[in-house]
Amino acid sequence: MEALTWTGSLGTILNPVLMILLALLAVAIVAQMILGFFAPAQTLQSNPDGTIAATTGPLGLAETGVKYTFLGILLIVIAYIVVPQIMPYGAAGIVGEITKRFLPVWISLIALFAVSIIYKRKLGLYGKLFDSTVGMIGFGLVMFWVFTALFVGLFDMIATHDYLSQVSGLKNKGPGIPVPEGTAGLIPHYLLGGDNLARDIFSRVVQGSVFVIAIAPLATIFAFMVGITLGLPAGFYGGKLDTFLSFVANLILAFPVILLFYLLVTPEIVETGIPSYMAAFLFVFPLIFFGVLLNSRYYTQPAKRTAILVPVLGILGWLYLSVINQKGTVIDFLPAWLDLFDISILVVFVSVVFVNAPTVFRIVRGLTLDLRTRDYVAAAQTRGEGAWYIMLWEILPNARGPLIVDFCLRIGYTTILLGTLGFFGLGLSSESPDWGSTINEGRKLLLIFAHPALPPAGALLSLVLGLNLLADGLREESLKD
Amino acid sequence: MGLFILRRLGVMLLTALCLTFIVFWLTNLAPNLEKLAKTQGNARMSDEAVVSWLDNRGYNQALPIKYGQWLGVLPGYIIEGTDGQVRARCAAQGQPVEDAATFCGILQGDWGYSTVFKDEVGTIVATRLGLTGKLMFWVMMVMVPGALIIGVLAGMREGSRTDRSLSTVSIVSTATPEYVSGVVFISVFATATFGMQWFKGTATGAMEDATFENFFLPVITIALYGMGYIARMTRASMTEVMTAQYIRTARLKGVSFPKIVLKHALRNALIAPFTVIMLQFPWLLNGVVIVETLFNYKGFGWVLVQAAGNNDIELLLGVSIVSVFVVLVTQLISDIGYVFLNPRIRIS
Repeated sequence: MEALTWTGSLGTILNPVLMILLALLAVAIVAQMILGFFAPAQTLQSNPDGTIAATTGPLGLAETGVKYTFLGILLIVIAYIVVPQIMPYGAAGIVGEITKRFLPVWISLIALFAVSIIYKRKLGLYGKLFDSTVGMIGFGLVMFWVFTALFVGLFDMIATHDYLSQVSGLKNKGPGIPVPEGTAGLIPHYLLGGDNLARDIFSRVVQGSVFVIAIAPLATIFAFMVGITLGLPAGFYGGKLDTFLSFVANLILAFPVILLFYLLVTPEIVETGIPSYMAAFLFVFPLIFFGVLLNSRYYTQPAKRTAILVPVLGILGWLYLSVINQKGTVIDFLPAWLDLFDISILVVFVSVVFVNAPTVFRIVRGLTLDLRTRDYVAAAQTRGEGAWYIMLWEILPNARGPLIVDFCLRIGYTTILLGTLGFFGLGLSSESPDWGSTINEGRKLLLIFAHPALPPAGALLSLVLGLNLLADGLREESLKD
Repeated sequence: MGLFILRRLGVMLLTALCLTFIVFWLTNLAPNLEKLAKTQGNARMSDEAVVSWLDNRGYNQALPIKYGQWLGVLPGYIIEGTDGQVRARCAAQGQPVEDAATFCGILQGDWGYSTVFKDEVGTIVATRLGLTGKLMFWVMMVMVPGALIIGVLAGMREGSRTDRSLSTVSIVSTATPEYVSGVVFISVFATATFGMQWFKGTATGAMEDATFENFFLPVITIALYGMGYIARMTRASMTEVMTAQYIRTARLKGVSFPKIVLKHALRNALIAPFTVIMLQFPWLLNGVVIVETLFNYKGFGWVLVQAAGNNDIELLLGVSIVSVFVVLVTQLISDIGYVFLNPRIRIS
């Protein structure tokens, strides 16, 4: 087998066009930036016949230029994705094969966007997202990785080779290298080359998305549960409770994050069981949250409340016990048949929740301080509603806008934190395909072989960027109300 | 004002005590001490030998007492060991126990001895802080003006093309953690992969002699991550100021736009970014650790990694104190500075 080139025969036509368009776009953007300062602002001029004409001048020309070159580049990129699907294996080079591997993701993305855009007026804030270009780009990037993680994790589709198996002779080999005959794998090439242990980089990167997509949102949800359950009463009641909780939150926030990780995520600390106790403490908050949430709503109808509360708390309690119960740690009392799963990276999960929770607490507290003076709160108090009902059913829904935006940003931040942990090799095994660990593996030989570290870095960047853009789009759209 | 500062100082002192106690407790947990005994004494010690080794050196005292001794508010231990030797916390190597001072802790300037670097913790921290100070100085020189210019330009005309493109730039820079941008910069600008080998991929040489070639990449890597955030805050503050009544008045009076921005808007728009810049220090510390590891620049962050990775308890404690101190002091400065800069609060 021959090694694959980057774009194969497709590139001989498309590459020069793309280069020209990129150069034009750069020129147009620079021109637009410079003209933006000096050129007179666009003015409207009324003609004698009663019509209005906008004088655009050179600035307008530059803007039109940017628009059309950008559209042109977009078309070329779509061509890079679409055309290889009908070309034979290898003809479209590495880029073509990669886009072919991602075919299920493209189909899901197109389906999702089509459905969402058709029904966007009926979908509330989510639908409004499709009015903002930035929001759509962000959502697209995020959903790309979500679908990738789904297809890799559940159906074992996109990855081409086993992410742990090593093939001799492919150590640190560049992108497009053919694998020797008889090696297990879906295609006879390493699309993005081999890493320093001769494993397929492409497969490791897509496999790493499963880790991030599974852990980051979940950890953020837990941090929000903790932050909301503590922040609401702190802001609502104020006084000593608020002083104490704020002090503790500031205490945790004053810790440099990396120092905290180095102190918490070591085998010695795991041995003492502190992470297990922290998990037992932090993960009880979802139970409290849902318990109080449902109880405050239905406590006037005891029969209905019991009917709802018992199954909800039962299931959550079972989940809670199986999460904190780990074989070989201090909390190990459940019989094996009751223990649903063992999370090997509990310490990573706990420390990420622990770092995020105080910031969420501060945000929720600030919002509550603001919202508790509103009329609807006074109305609820006059009706005789309980304090928790007001907090959870009156204040919390009205604070949802900023909280949703922060939730997106915080998933991105959690992704960065997980990457940091991987980068320092804390709490994760060196075999782990997560992006931080892969970057860490790749950076050791970075000056000699640059290709192993770049794909995971790009993947992490695109996911975090997507989340940030998504948050920006959501903020913009929610402000329009 | 005086009362405000005093109260802030009190809270800060309490926070510092709590934080150092937590770090002290975490580093002095039993498994850490056992590891210390085995690395310092003998790797194949029996459990009893470990206990007596720790007993002889005062590690098995109650935690508050150890903390008090380390802080320098309780007299250092003098223990007659099971091996017949008398050891005192405050006695230096070879010094007779009787001559040792009563108190020796952080407050007396005695920071302990590093087991990894075989040197006094105080001197290690001081030299490494100097190196990191140099890095931070250049980071600030790049980051603060860059961020302020981007923020002011973007916030000057809200919703304009300039605003949108600069806001996108700042979003991209906040979404790029240091270990990603560092790796990308090194592989693009320090290797031959892309044919742009303009800079050095390590900053080890910059410790003695910092040049543009070996120092630019680490500086820009740290600066970029913080820049976007400060720029966004500046933009928000600038847009708010530009919609204020007095700006409209100035416009209606016919003051030219550059003059409005420079003379009227800028001063009020820079109050909020000041606090943000100050509060960036804890984040910068993060960046410093990552970048110093990545570029092999042996400063404060690198020492933190070495101390934590090698169970060097006293060095880790020293490093923690300094970082906690930096964080708290910047918080204090940001609080006081905000009050001081804001005429509405200052005058009332």
